[in-house]
Amino acid sequence: MDFSVAFNAARDALPYMLGGVVWTAGLIIGAMLLGLALGVPLSVLQVYGPKPVRRAVSLYVWLFRGIPILVQLYIFYFGILSWLSTLPGLTSLGLDSPFVAAVLVLGLTSSAYQSQIFRGAIQSLPPGQLKAARALGMTDAQAIRTIILPQALRLSIPAWSNEYSILLKDSALAFTIGVVEIMARMRAIASTTHEPVSMAFLAGIIFFVLTWVGVKALALLENKVRIAGYTRQGAA
Amino acid sequence: MPDLTAAASAETAPSDAILEARGLFKTLGGNRVLDSVDLSIGRGRVKVLIGPSGAGKSTLLQCLNFLMPPDSGHILLEGREVDKRSKKELCAFRQQVGMIFQDFNLFDHLSALENVRVALIKVKGLSKLEATERAVAELARVGLKDKATLYPANLSGGQKQRVAIARALAMDPKVMLLDEPTSALDPELIGEVLAVIRDLAQGGMTMIMATHQISFSASLADEFLFMDKGRVVEHGSPAELLGRGSSSRTQAFCAKISELTGEAGDGAAGECRL
Repeated sequence: MDFSVAFNAARDALPYMLGGVVWTAGLIIGAMLLGLALGVPLSVLQVYGPKPVRRAVSLYVWLFRGIPILVQLYIFYFGILSWLSTLPGLTSLGLDSPFVAAVLVLGLTSSAYQSQIFRGAIQSLPPGQLKAARALGMTDAQAIRTIILPQALRLSIPAWSNEYSILLKDSALAFTIGVVEIMARMRAIASTTHEPVSMAFLAGIIFFVLTWVGVKALALLENKVRIAGYTRQGAA
Repeated sequence: MPDLTAAASAETAPSDAILEARGLFKTLGGNRVLDSVDLSIGRGRVKVLIGPSGAGKSTLLQCLNFLMPPDSGHILLEGREVDKRSKKELCAFRQQVGMIFQDFNLFDHLSALENVRVALIKVKGLSKLEATERAVAELARVGLKDKATLYPANLSGGQKQRVAIARALAMDPKVMLLDEPTSALDPELIGEVLAVIRDLAQGGMTMIMATHQISFSASLADEFLFMDKGRVVEHGSPAELLGRGSSSRTQAFCAKISELTGEAGDGAAGECRL
């Protein structure tokens, strides 16, 4: 292997590969936010909801954790979204876009995982917190919004940064339905330059930097919202 | 001689009662933890629940403000029955019945000031400024104005309990329920909390308190209710139940506590007598 040829190929490919970062970042941000928006209410319903609702949430979580993302991408992109986009009134929404399908699949899967992160955090809070809020005359909704979630979300940040790094790596599967993110660009350029290994190294470095930046950013957030003297129960 | 066996307290006529419980039953895990408990308390009175662990004191207090709904029975505030099925009514009722917990239950993500202020804003609808002024006043009342910005993790147990008391007082409750407010505290921190409770009682606050601080509560209480196996088995004034010549179960129980804790001085059982 000629290292100078490989290095030059990687250097020349860098701008094109970095173009994929925009798509990857879009996938991650969209999926994390969708996962958060669905994961928080799902966790609340799973802890405080009536039994049938708790069961329904449990089924949802099992479903999205149990089916591989690749399979889901095919089901949503070639099946559900493709069919929905043909319905009157929905044709102009762009539901048949591979990017929309990928954000949806990654976001729904992430919501299942995130709901379990938040559920664990809620259940780790002392039960007296909800009791005290009720004793002050708060409704359950007020107590959950004002007392439970602000604490549970703070406690969730370390596990949430783990979810970010997993999601980032899962996003590479979006190339299979045509999203031109980092992985798709790596494959395309590798086939034209015949330098698959150097392109894989380059993609690996970009994924690593994205992971590092995201995890560090979440660590900063964790420090920013940390409460003086307060640690998760059982933590040092 | 007082009626030492009757379950119901006849001391407060129903019309004078600020809070009443009639025929409360509660079963937990197959065990009857409240068995036909009646209780009524008049304005400005102090009642103290005593009895062994598992007697049902905490359950009774939690049933009184529906934190733990009783299986059956009625609870009346100022003669009006509380409809536990109405969430709105339940929230309004709980605002008027302050609760102090054994383990404080402060909100860990909020400072002392915010702990006291949060329900004033969210429940009473006060502006942030009004709520802050009120919260500062309540913290000053329990001697913690200078700790307002500290978070619970940075407060001592006694300070936490005083913040919890300030938080409950800020809601202008008509009755305060205190569930062993000093039992989670180190001995040297108990005094500061008891001083606040004494001030409240002297200020005319209506209180029902479960405690093992016998000497303290005897100096404060209008009535002792001795509970065992979910029933109020004896009730009467501390003087009646603990006075010389009394052979009440309350007296025997208090003597045991005094023996174990040395609360009444030299630890002699007889010191429990008034």
